[in-house]
Amino acid sequence: MEPLQHVRSRTAVLAATNVDTDQIIPARFLTTTTKEGLGKQLFADWRYLPDGSPNPQFALNRPEAQGCRVLVAGRNFGCGSSREHAPWALADYGFRAVISTEIADIFRSNALKNGLLPVTVDEASARWLLEHPGAEVDIDLTRCEMTLPTGAVVPFPLEPFARHRLLHGVDELGFLLGKRGEIERYEAARPW
Amino acid sequence: MTARTLFEKVWASHEVVPETPDTPAVLYIDLHLIHEVTSPQAFSELRARGLPVRRPDRTLATMDHSTPTASDQVFGRVPITVDAAARQVQTLERNAAEFGVELFALRDPRRGIVHVISPELGATQPGTTIVCGDSHTSTHGAFGALAFGIGTTEVGHVLATQCLLQRKPKTLAVNVEGRLPPGVTAKDLILAIIGRIGVSGGTGHVIEYRGPGIRALSMEERMTVCNMSIEAGARAGMIAPDETTIAYLRGRPRAPQGAAWEAALERWRNTGTDPGAAFDRSVDLDASRLEPMITYGTNPGMVVPISGSVPRAAGDPVHDQALAYMGFHDGEPMLGKPVDVVFIGSCTNGRLEDLRAAAGILKGRKVAKGVRLLIVPGSQRIKQEAEAAGLAEIFKSAGADWRESGCSMCLGMNGDTVAKGAYSLSTSNRNFEGRQGVGARTLLASPLTAAAAAVAGRITDPRGMI
Ligand code: SF4
Repeated sequence: MEPLQHVRSRTAVLAATNVDTDQIIPARFLTTTTKEGLGKQLFADWRYLPDGSPNPQFALNRPEAQGCRVLVAGRNFGCGSSREHAPWALADYGFRAVISTEIADIFRSNALKNGLLPVTVDEASARWLLEHPGAEVDIDLTRCEMTLPTGAVVPFPLEPFARHRLLHGVDELGFLLGKRGEIERYEAARPW
Repeated sequence: MTARTLFEKVWASHEVVPETPDTPAVLYIDLHLIHEVTSPQAFSELRARGLPVRRPDRTLATMDHSTPTASDQVFGRVPITVDAAARQVQTLERNAAEFGVELFALRDPRRGIVHVISPELGATQPGTTIVCGDSHTSTHGAFGALAFGIGTTEVGHVLATQCLLQRKPKTLAVNVEGRLPPGVTAKDLILAIIGRIGVSGGTGHVIEYRGPGIRALSMEERMTVCNMSIEAGARAGMIAPDETTIAYLRGRPRAPQGAAWEAALERWRNTGTDPGAAFDRSVDLDASRLEPMITYGTNPGMVVPISGSVPRAAGDPVHDQALAYMGFHDGEPMLGKPVDVVFIGSCTNGRLEDLRAAAGILKGRKVAKGVRLLIVPGSQRIKQEAEAAGLAEIFKSAGADWRESGCSMCLGMNGDTVAKGAYSLSTSNRNFEGRQGVGARTLLASPLTAAAAAVAGRITDPRGMI
């Protein structure tokens, strides 16, 4: 995983709340056996019309949303299924951060493993961001702060180990494999 | 010693390394369940790093999500019609063989939906930790296990190390007083709970379902309740093991036997929450006041009693979008709305008790003209049991389509889908937009309500038909 310290980008805004992983990537695209190329199917049922052409009404299809690396969404983003295909699709599309007032547990954990930063912010900041699509934000992982174009500095929580991993590109599996001695001792001591 | 909750006991006994402010806990996993959709990339990762599966004996694989339910595709010479699904099934077969993981392959009589077969085999046990690359792993919490869904990267972690890095979640007690009235099921109870706490009300928490209303439930009903914990956003749902749990597990093929069984009973009986243990939050509910529940919107929290109406909230964009998708209007009564498809199955309501409940209504009746009733057992074993008990005959003479086991129309990956715009009354757990097919409109309810709707062709209170 590439180290990640700053995400500086304009925002694309998806105002819907409770955006579930079935919307992020519908189940019919889960038949893949690799991680690559899922960006094309991101939000497929909202993004494309039945004939396969882009739906001009959909937020990500607006000209000003092109090239944005930060997605702002309504409350409870990523609820539903545990499919890691959801952050794979978002990352493959080009997003590096998702901002909401609430991000579902499994999605958050999956996102952090794929260099996609889940940023949970207070209601007022979220409202401002939802009302200002295209705002240029600067997300600073070293301080766990986001700066809005207004100059407002918004802190966001991030589990310290996840932050450390993102900042240094540390591989979680490598860390776990390093605990082999402890795992063996635990297994040997189990009464059942 | 301070009083501890069920969750805290299970958590503490699985800490290989406790958490610190800087690092999460290393948590040991007793049982890792695998299926074809969320595992291929994890096996690829192991292969790329030259790693073996650390504990194949704690790993169990099945295929369910993309598998066909048509008998000729499962057992006959007809190939799986969905190409990509066929590829996934073959990939799992290859991975299981290469890494020495036990697999219940397509034609195995022990195959079925991952969350149905593990309890059925007795592999799901109290006080253990269970994970699977699937959010409805919460089902296994019905046995007092700490069971939760993980992503594919974590599937790789567990395959390689039998451990996960985890922060300790908070606890939420859902206290259920009173007993469910006749015709009101565990599905109605959990829908009412989700309606009450909301689809993100459990985020960051493990729910423990407690109280006389829960103690009175069978294991199958408890599984229905725990299954949908994730629909409230919870990490997991748990119910303390008791004599009902023990009676269910006794004699199951993978349950401990002989002296090991006695030792297990001793442990299990001490697993429950101590009197006076504190929860971070709690919610109370009276089961005796519930009626059958049904969803009207596009998440499981958008739910009303069956005699109720679509809530009036015009102007709220979430509400408006959901209603536009569903083709419903503010204030419309739910009763009497026509349905096109009825699906009875899934890891929520595809077990034998669910099929029995549906058969009780379907016996001697016919599926309404123009309605398609699809009944998909949760496992091949349930299929056999239902056939032996004469349920399959009842279904077929009513005009239902009786299938091989699998996830089927719960998520429509295997070709069993609902047409655009059609109304599907489903016993599954998610009514998200497009969940059962592009543009499909899903209404979630119990197997009783589903069977009643299949016969009437419209949403009907099942209490008048039992
Ligand atoms: S039946 Fe539905 S919810 Fe259950 S495991 Fe299968 S797809 Fe998931």
